[in-house]
Amino acid sequence: MEDASYVRSEMLPAQSPPASETGIVHWVRANLLSSVGNIVLTLAAIYVIYLIAATIGPWLYRSVWNAGSLQECRAIIEANFGPGKSGACFAVIAQRWEQIVFGFYPRELYWRPTLTLVLMLVALGPILFAWVPRQVLWFSITFPAVAFWLLWGGTVWLPVMIVAGFVLGYVAFRVVSELNGLAGVVAAAVVPVLWWLFLCGPASDVLQSILPIALRELGSDQFGGFLLSTVIGISGIVFSLPIGILLALGRQSDLLIVKTFCVCFIEGFRGVPLITLLFVASLLLNYFLPPGTTFDVILRVIIMVTIFAAAYIAEVVRGGLAALPRGQYEAADSLGLDYWKAQRLIIMPQALKISIPGIVGTFIGLFKDTTLVSFISLSDPMQIVSSIRANTEWNGIYWELFMFVGLLFFIFCFSMSRYSMYLERKLKTDHR
Amino acid sequence: MTVALDPPKASFRLGMLLYDTRYRSITIQVIFMILIVVFFFWLYENVVTNLRAAGKDFSFGFLWTRAGYDINQMLVEYSSDSTHARALLVGLLNTLFLAFITCILATVIGVIAGVLRLSKNVLVARLMEVYIETFRNVPVVLWIVLVNAIMAVSMPEPKDYRGENPTAEMLFFDSVAITNRGVYVPEPLFSRSLGNTDIGIFLISNDLLAIMAVVLASIWGYRRLQANATRVQNDTGVRPVTWWKGLAIIVLPLAALLAATGFHLGYPELKGFNFVGGVQARNSLVAMWLALSIYSATYIAESVRAGILAISRGQTEAALALGLQPGLATRLVILPQAMRVVVPPLISQYLSITKNTSLALAVGYMDLRSTLGGITMNQTGRELECMLLLMGTYLTISLVISSLMNIYNSSIKLKER
Repeated sequence: MEDASYVRSEMLPAQSPPASETGIVHWVRANLLSSVGNIVLTLAAIYVIYLIAATIGPWLYRSVWNAGSLQECRAIIEANFGPGKSGACFAVIAQRWEQIVFGFYPRELYWRPTLTLVLMLVALGPILFAWVPRQVLWFSITFPAVAFWLLWGGTVWLPVMIVAGFVLGYVAFRVVSELNGLAGVVAAAVVPVLWWLFLCGPASDVLQSILPIALRELGSDQFGGFLLSTVIGISGIVFSLPIGILLALGRQSDLLIVKTFCVCFIEGFRGVPLITLLFVASLLLNYFLPPGTTFDVILRVIIMVTIFAAAYIAEVVRGGLAALPRGQYEAADSLGLDYWKAQRLIIMPQALKISIPGIVGTFIGLFKDTTLVSFISLSDPMQIVSSIRANTEWNGIYWELFMFVGLLFFIFCFSMSRYSMYLERKLKTDHR
Repeated sequence: MTVALDPPKASFRLGMLLYDTRYRSITIQVIFMILIVVFFFWLYENVVTNLRAAGKDFSFGFLWTRAGYDINQMLVEYSSDSTHARALLVGLLNTLFLAFITCILATVIGVIAGVLRLSKNVLVARLMEVYIETFRNVPVVLWIVLVNAIMAVSMPEPKDYRGENPTAEMLFFDSVAITNRGVYVPEPLFSRSLGNTDIGIFLISNDLLAIMAVVLASIWGYRRLQANATRVQNDTGVRPVTWWKGLAIIVLPLAALLAATGFHLGYPELKGFNFVGGVQARNSLVAMWLALSIYSATYIAESVRAGILAISRGQTEAALALGLQPGLATRLVILPQAMRVVVPPLISQYLSITKNTSLALAVGYMDLRSTLGGITMNQTGRELECMLLLMGTYLTISLVISSLMNIYNSSIKLKER
């Protein structure tokens, strides 16, 4: 008997999904055209993008890179593209970019800031990335002295002797703490201070007379532009983190007087605009120092910026400390660790990890705030831009200059925020 | 058998100040205190010596002398014959006014940008991301100066509005004129004004007071109406129709008051070389307002986004499972939780907006820093007093705002265990 039923003996090959459910068509339908509201949003977004592109595109296309003044720029654009057309005049950047980047640093010495920048990247390597050999850290530690010598010049022996102070402090600590632990700590603090106050200067003079190695010395008035912003910004970042952590610990501590002092310090400096602190640095500091004392204006600004940022970092770190479960503190205590060991080994690594976004946010804010020094007549990029705009040749130009300065800041700040996101991902230990 | 003996009474030795944890904290604090006192005494001594050397005294008497300079933008009466204290007040009000309008605009832009950044529409989300990253990563001073430059260079001159074929046109039915000298907007006028009340420091318009009183009374009445409706609903199960009563309570009294006082708008008009009438918002104010708002809005957008992302999906589902309508679920379940995450960073953003208004220096808006910390300081030569007063004022504003924030935070804090 012949079997009428049909039995399939092998599977059909899988069919490809319908065209409307895959590929770009599906993506567009799901993301851009899923509802009436979404279509309206898409159209609005396309219109905005069109507006921006239609404004900036031709403007960039008609850009001029080689001209002596704004009038010349406009003449070239009119000659090339017809009357009434406007275009970017990047000639001002081509002509003045060195001034915006280096300020009034002598042209033949541009290699010094450039070399400092390269060395800074090397020094940052082991701090930022784990795969860089650890030995480079020794260079990172000495980098501030190297940078100081390269940028300001003068005899090499002064920074060397200042570094020697730290070495002396360490030696004193090792030697004296053999006898008595506490005396070791005191010696580690007192010996370097005495060295810097009384012996550092004469020693470097003597060494300079024996073995003269010196770079041309430059005053702080020759610093300007992006170089100045970077010097202030990086110094502020380096110094404000440890001070901020100490302030946060002080604010969390049980010692009433220390705590009160830290609260007043933090709230006081957070409560006033940075610009008033900069005015204090430039106008009032002479009132608070012994008569006849003067010190470098860039140093004053760095101190004020550091204090200001430290107060903010203290609050960020305090948030991290508060977010740690109570059990972590109790665990550290029950292991018998003393205060500093507990902080160093258990509390701080976790608290700082939680606070990374806030800390980097503060650093970015600090770096952007370096533009405020133009108000106390230091020549930061904004100040140089306004002096270029006041020039008869370039009077009336603004987009091109602000774009250039903005781009420099953007590169710096954006890479910092991306790095913080990378670090957060890397240090993430919970599995959520 | 073991006998617990009393441990020997340790007599106090000097070393215990360092090695005994019971006393060590006291030692540390005493040393710290001494260091602080010595430091401040040193500062004080230096100030006294320096002031004597400069032949100056320390007094705030200069505040009551004639200021002798003009302020181009003010909310209360001021002339160059007024005192420095009066100039301080004008500057302070300008600062607060700028901070206030900036907070409002920044919140509006920030909330919209934050919500749109989470939109499923990739194009819109990307656009918002570009906006947020661009404005966050560039110094705000640059934006302020840039907007000011655009206003001053690219906006039409008043004369462009004149003639048969004007090259510029006023916006919004001939009511707003944007020029390179500032933005002119209509001003509220009362033809049968109720006059002003002098409260000692400045005059307050009675019309404004009356409007505020009427609005507050209307809101109170509206609340009563709604509470009443809820009570009826709880008793009978049927909610009475209230929308037209509510509308009447809100609109009618205000309309009656405005009609009684003869409210109308005074439009800016071109007379001679400039606009007359209306309120002139100077370029400096507009530049500060726009730049600061657009810049601060990016931070607000990020905290709004964080607030929305912080609410777990389960909360929405739970609310819907309880049978709440989507609107009610948002209002009763989602928003209160999101607010807890959004409001603290929002208020600290308001705080930093207030402090950032001191950047008005870049464009010459006469805020507190430009009056007290600028012209007054330069004229009187009293840097110490002026800076102390200036920092004290900013500090007070900050502390007031942050204590409000603390009160709010503790009121919405999760009550756990």
